[in-house]
Amino acid sequence: MNGFYDFQFYLFSLMAVVSALLFVTRRNPVPAALWLVNVMFALSGLYVMLDAPFVGVIQVLVYAGAIMVVFVFVVMLLNLGRAEISDLRGLAARLGAGIVGLALVANLLVLLRSRPPRAESAPAIDNVVTDVAASLFTDYLVAFELTSVVLLVAVVGAVLLAKKRVTS
Amino acid sequence: MIAEALIVSALLFAIGVIGVLTRRNAIILFMCVELMLNAVNLSFVALAKLHGVAGHVFVIMVMTIAAAEAAVGLAIVISVFRHFGSVDLSALRLLRDG
Repeated sequence: MNGFYDFQFYLFSLMAVVSALLFVTRRNPVPAALWLVNVMFALSGLYVMLDAPFVGVIQVLVYAGAIMVVFVFVVMLLNLGRAEISDLRGLAARLGAGIVGLALVANLLVLLRSRPPRAESAPAIDNVVTDVAASLFTDYLVAFELTSVVLLVAVVGAVLLAKKRVTS
Repeated sequence: MIAEALIVSALLFAIGVIGVLTRRNAIILFMCVELMLNAVNLSFVALAKLHGVAGHVFVIMVMTIAAAEAAVGLAIVISVFRHFGSVDLSALRLLRDG
């Protein structure tokens, strides 16, 4: 393990935990949802560092991109969010946000300059997607197919629950 | 790195439990449940480094079920809001005595 990897890992871990704490303490649902999105982005970084790049991509697409949008959409639909100026008030919060942003940009620059060595305990990271697909479509095929049924039932149930009662 | 990832996972799960126990807003409660699912996903991915790729498959399953759960749960929240005019869980006291 090299120092860069460790630094990156601890940075993403810290981001995840601090964002989660801020998420739990927000009163307004909209900033809470955005902090939760931040947790999910940090977690997807952790997934990539733990040799699970496919799961990291799915995390961004499904969790941060789809599920949280549904949450924010419901907050908007029910008109629960209150208009507030910003979550970051005061100099210290702005300074902290700036430092985190600069650290992430510095990370990107270092990654562009040099190809960091991988963790030694990662034998075949390159075909991990192939392994996941092979496992998903052979060993866990029944669970995979049942998942599609679960999704169908969930869609029908959601429409049925959320539609307005029509009194005939 | 596996031990550190498990510690982070435990911390995130604990924060999610604290949120579920202390918050009264139904939507934030659902988000706390999502946070707990994410914490479990992190420990799955960390342990997949030791025990093979099945952990990743479990994570994909958990994400699918989380999407279904969010859809149905939020539909229930909308229905509750229509009925009670609020998503405050302490307003749901139909079964309470007195």
